[in-house]
This record gives sequence, structure tokens and C-alpha cells, in this order.
Amino acid sequence: MLFPTTSLPRTPDRVVITGAGIVTALGIGWKSNAKGFRTGRVAFRPVTLFDVSRNRAKTAAEADLPPNLPPTHLNARQIFRLDRAGKMLLLAACEAWEQAGWQPSENLPLVLGTTGGGMALGENYFRQATQQPQRQRAQATRAVYYQPQVQARMILDALDFSGPITIVSNACASGGNAIGHAWELIRSGQAERVVAGGYDALCEMVFSGFDSLQALSTTVCRPFDARRDGLALGEGAAIFTLETLESARGRGAKILGELIGYGTAIDQHHLTQPQPQGSTTLAVMKQACASAGVTPEEIDYVNAHGTGTALNDSSEALAIAEWAGPRVASLPVSSTKAGIGHLLGAAGAVEAAVCLMTLREQWLPPEIEFETPDPACKFPVVKNPTDARVNIALSNSFGFGGVNATLIFRRWT
Amino acid sequence: MSRIFVAGIGAVSPAGWNIAALRAALDRGELLPVQSLERPGWKNPLRARLVPPARPEFLSHPRLRRTSPITHYTASAALEAAAGLRASPAAKNVRLGIVVCLQSGCVQYSCRFYEETLKNPATASPLVFPETVYAAPASHVAALLENVALACSLVGDPSAFLQGVLLGAQWLEENRVDACLVIGAEETNWITADALRLLDRPAVISAGAGALCLCREEKSGVELSAVTDAHTYTAKINHAQAARAMRAQLKISTNELLCDGLGNHSRADAAERAAWRDWPGPRVSPKRIFGEGLMAAAAWQCVAACDAVAGGKFTAASVSLVGSNQQAIGARFEKSRPFDA
Repeated sequence: MLFPTTSLPRTPDRVVITGAGIVTALGIGWKSNAKGFRTGRVAFRPVTLFDVSRNRAKTAAEADLPPNLPPTHLNARQIFRLDRAGKMLLLAACEAWEQAGWQPSENLPLVLGTTGGGMALGENYFRQATQQPQRQRAQATRAVYYQPQVQARMILDALDFSGPITIVSNACASGGNAIGHAWELIRSGQAERVVAGGYDALCEMVFSGFDSLQALSTTVCRPFDARRDGLALGEGAAIFTLETLESARGRGAKILGELIGYGTAIDQHHLTQPQPQGSTTLAVMKQACASAGVTPEEIDYVNAHGTGTALNDSSEALAIAEWAGPRVASLPVSSTKAGIGHLLGAAGAVEAAVCLMTLREQWLPPEIEFETPDPACKFPVVKNPTDARVNIALSNSFGFGGVNATLIFRRWT
Repeated sequence: MSRIFVAGIGAVSPAGWNIAALRAALDRGELLPVQSLERPGWKNPLRARLVPPARPEFLSHPRLRRTSPITHYTASAALEAAAGLRASPAAKNVRLGIVVCLQSGCVQYSCRFYEETLKNPATASPLVFPETVYAAPASHVAALLENVALACSLVGDPSAFLQGVLLGAQWLEENRVDACLVIGAEETNWITADALRLLDRPAVISAGAGALCLCREEKSGVELSAVTDAHTYTAKINHAQAARAMRAQLKISTNELLCDGLGNHSRADAAERAAWRDWPGPRVSPKRIFGEGLMAAAAWQCVAACDAVAGGKFTAASVSLVGSNQQAIGARFEKSRPFDA
């Protein structure tokens, strides 16, 4: 039974990550992504997935997907029905699962963050329904497979496990919240292991949506730069296997890092704009630090939400300065959206993977296009590939609707 | 383990904009009339049970001016469920949580914005796009209620409403909020009616919302006593097996009320119908009256269960949620026990 819970008051379990899978425009898998993030590679190119000839912005960070998916328990019909988002989700999940060395099991929760699920299928449905209203072919399948819980079930079938599925859709904080929720499930004793992460694919409606808001850069995505003129969109997925330290140690698993803190709250200022002084961001960063038992002085790197929009970056910069205090002058900060774009529901998860990379490989991801700091930035923005000692990294994610999420990771040695 | 109580309930349905209307329609047991819903490119309309038009006072709030019906339904149900809480002098100090559960979500503005995009993305409305995101209703309701500490939007088939209830219960158990509104909501649009026609031809789409206000203190005499495991559909577990497993965990006795998810048709309901075929006790089926409200219908089931217990009609009521494509899960609400029981 899921309620009432049977767990007794206890010291929360430590939560470690034993598998990580990642797909972005930088590549498929940890290795190619780590190489790209470490050098600050910029992956934007003209959009090919849909027509952008009448949009202001013309580029995005499209992922190149392999012609064949890794072997799983999915049958040919299930594989045929996977859309772009589902394929990225599957690729990331397979990498994480294999790395963790987990075996098929029951009662293993899956927590995913997404903003659109199989949105492209929904778009296809709409176009066919309005442009060929008498044609019904494939519409029923689209109506089912665009739903994120159905894509999540494909992961269960692919990897042969079962358990409750939770789909968090807090806009661009979804990935961070999904991982945070998984952390809470383990800490509270409701689960020993959880698969969690986020995914989103580029699609026409969302691209046009951000374009209509004039939120997309028509030049170069430069988070925290005084000359920034907007964000750039990308796509991808990141999936993690999280488990108690005891579980990981018990089976001799390789530990990639420890998730030590999580904070979340809602900014009620506006549907799409953060509170200008960053008060909610400040609150969630403090909350995450309190839950992790660390101070800003102990944080070695901040992977900022840093979209590249005027309002987000100034608000976040003010919050970081207030939160970090004297530490701010030497606290390295960067936004990896400068290279791969804003991955929306996948952003928090992919940026969590970047934090794990910095912790494991001891470097900081640069923003190669960054030139002139915004006056609100009191911190050094990482602009060149840098080797560094990183023991604790913090990642921020904020979404339309105002949900903010902060995750804190610690190096495992 | 904390005990979780239901401090209030709220509903918007094709019967009207409050619990009283929902209760009266369920008591009458008569199907609500079906209206027409125009579908682009078709001469014949689709069928729907629509929420009666209304202009609630809260729509004058600046944040709600341009919102779509799903936000109106969410807000109305939330305000009704939280009315008792907000009447308290200490209301301003209450840390609220909001969990909004959706399946189709903000389809009206999504269709409108995508239609504009296809015509010409250069003129697609920037005012409409932000209202298309799943998180929009929760955001607006948080702004309306003001003292919201935590908010989350969950997406899934209708069974995910009980995961929303569990998330709210978890926040309460961890003392992160003092009360939590869990709301299931949907709005009607031709595209959802069209999809439902393809998947479950006899069903009639409907819309609305249902809300539970959860808290740690006994307020209404209704207590959440159990939520079963989530019996997720997989390659190895089909709908019928999952529904049977859920029923086996519910342990409902025949003098208690069953709030099921059956509609007026057999194909889509087959698993749930089979699981409860031998149920001899009383039952209420909101979807028979109101239509296929997706996540709102799941919320109506829970609201109806709580209302039946709060009104003294039954000492306990169980909710059976056999979702369309995610899982089967059930919950039990009962008259609250004394604290020393």
C-alpha cells in the first residue's frame, strides 16, 4: 500500500547516483557530452525538424539520433511508435540502466519531468484533423502515444521493470523537480531505488511560442552577458538511477556522485517572469543548502538556469549574489544552455548530468560566447575550458508558472 | 505515520460550479444533457457535456483575466475546497500546497496557438502561448490564493489523481505545508472529443474539476485511510490484472460505498467492470452522469466519496481508478477515528 506509509521516523538515507544517461545536441551518451561541455562546444544549427522560414529565430540545438536504438525488450511495433522524444528518453534510460547494472525488478518507481511528452505526435494529430478532416489513419495511435505516461511505460517495458510512474510537468523546472522528488522518495523510505530524469524534443508549437514571446535569440545565446538577447532552444534527455548508499554499497556499484540537497518553491510574481530581485530563487537555494547541510562557501560550481533572457538572468544573478554573500566574487557560475540551448523539461536533468560530470572529471563547463558581464553578475562566469577542484555543485532550474528547483550534488571519492 | 484528513471538497462539473450541484446530480442519477461541439471540417458536430457558462467573481483577479476555462475550473474547485480553511482568522499564516493533476491539460489555448502558428508563426499570439503549459493552472491558482509554499503539476491518465493525493499527503507528513489542495481538472475542446471518439466511441467528453483540501487536523470527519499500490500496466500486467489487484488491496466491505469510474459503455470499462462484477454493495459512478471528464472525473469520484462520508450516508467509501493507459489504483476514505483508536 502506498498509504499509510509504514516507515518509522528514521535518519534519512543518503542518496547516490549509480547510472546516468544523456542525450543532447552534443551527442549520445556521457562521453561525447562530457567532451562537448568541457570544451564549451556550441551545437546550434539551422532548424531542420519543421519550417521556421517565417519565424524570427532560425536555429536550435537539434540532437542527431542514431538510426537504430539499443536492444531492449520492446517489440518492433513499440519501437515503431516511439516518437523523437520517446527515442531520446529510451537512449538515456538504457545508458543509465546499463551503467547502474540494475536487473529487472518490480516496484521500482519511475519519475520523469517533461513539458511536452510526445508533443510532435499531438501536432501531427492536429494537422491531419484540420487539413484532412475525413482521414482517420493513425490518429488513434497518436492520441495515445503523445501522452507522457505512455512513453514512460515504454521505458518500463524496454528495461523490464515495473512500478509507479510519476510525470512532473512544472514547465522548465520539471527535470529538476523529478530528480528532487525521486530523492524525497528514497530519503523518506518509500523507495530504495528510483529511475528519474527529464526529456523533451523540439517541436514547432513550442519553438513558435518562444519566438512569439520574442524570447529567442536572433544572434547568439549568451547567458549573463550584458548583450544577451534571448534564449535558444534545444532538445534531449537525461536519466539517472538513484539508490540508497546502502543499496549501492551492498552490490558493489560504482557511484557517480551523491545528491545531497533539494529545494523547491513557487514564485507567484508572474506566469512567465521571475520576481525581479530573485526572491524565490534565493529561497530555494537556501532551502537546498539547508537540506544538504552546506553553506555557499562550500559550493565549488553553480550550473545556473541562465536562459539568456534579460529578465531571467538578472533575477538569477541577483539571487546568487544575495545567497552567496562574500563567496560570490570567486564562485564559478556558467549556464550550459549557451551550448545546447534550453531543453525545457529536460533542462534540469541534463544540467544535473553536467554537474555530475564536473564532479567526476574535475572541470568547469565554459560559455565560449560570453564576453561582457551583466552588471548584476557579481560572480565570475566561466568562459574558458577550466580544470578545477569541484567537490560540491549546485544546479538551478526555473519554469513558466513560477516553480523553482535547486539540486546539490557532492563528489564521490 | 501522520494521519491525513479532508478539510474540504470542491467541484465544477457539467451540473454546475459547486459541490451542491454535483451532489444533486448524483442523487438524481439522471444523465445530464449532451451538447454539440463543432469540429473543424465536419458537418456533424461532436458530443460533449459542457460546464454551464458562469463568470465567477475571482476572475476579476489580474492574473486570471486571460486564462482559459481549465484555470477557471481549477480555481473554483480549489476555492470551494479551501473555503473553511480561508475563513479562519489564521488563514494568512497557513502554508498551502497545490497539486494540480491533468491529462489533456490546457487544450483550448494549445489548439488556438498551434492553429495560429500554422497560419503564420509571425502573428501567433504571445499572450496565448504561456497559457498552453500544463503548469499554468497551478501557477494562477497559487497567485490567487497567495500563501502557497509548494506547487506541482502532475500529468497522467486519470488514475494519477491519487498520486497527487499521495504527494499532498507526503508534503503534510513532512510538515512542508499546513494544508494541501489536490485538484484534478480538464477543459473541453473538439480535439479531445475527437480523440475520445476514436478511442472510446460511445463516450461523451466532459470537463470540470474536483478538489480535496488535505490537512493534518480533523476538520470534516473524513480521513484518508488507504491508497493501494499503483498497479502499472506493463507488457506483463494488463488492465484486467491490474484492476483485480487494486480491488484485492482495497478490502471494501459491502456496507461501504464504491465510487467507480464506469461510464455508460462497455469496451473502455471492461477491466474495471470485470474487477467489480460481483460487487453487491452500493456504488456511484459519476462518469455515467457527467461523462468522460478524464482527470476531472477521477477527482469527482474522490469528491463524491468524501461527500458521502462527510454527510453521514456511509462510514467509508472507496474509489476505484482504472486508468486508460497508466495504472489501476484505489483509495479509501472513512469517517475519522478518534485519535487514540
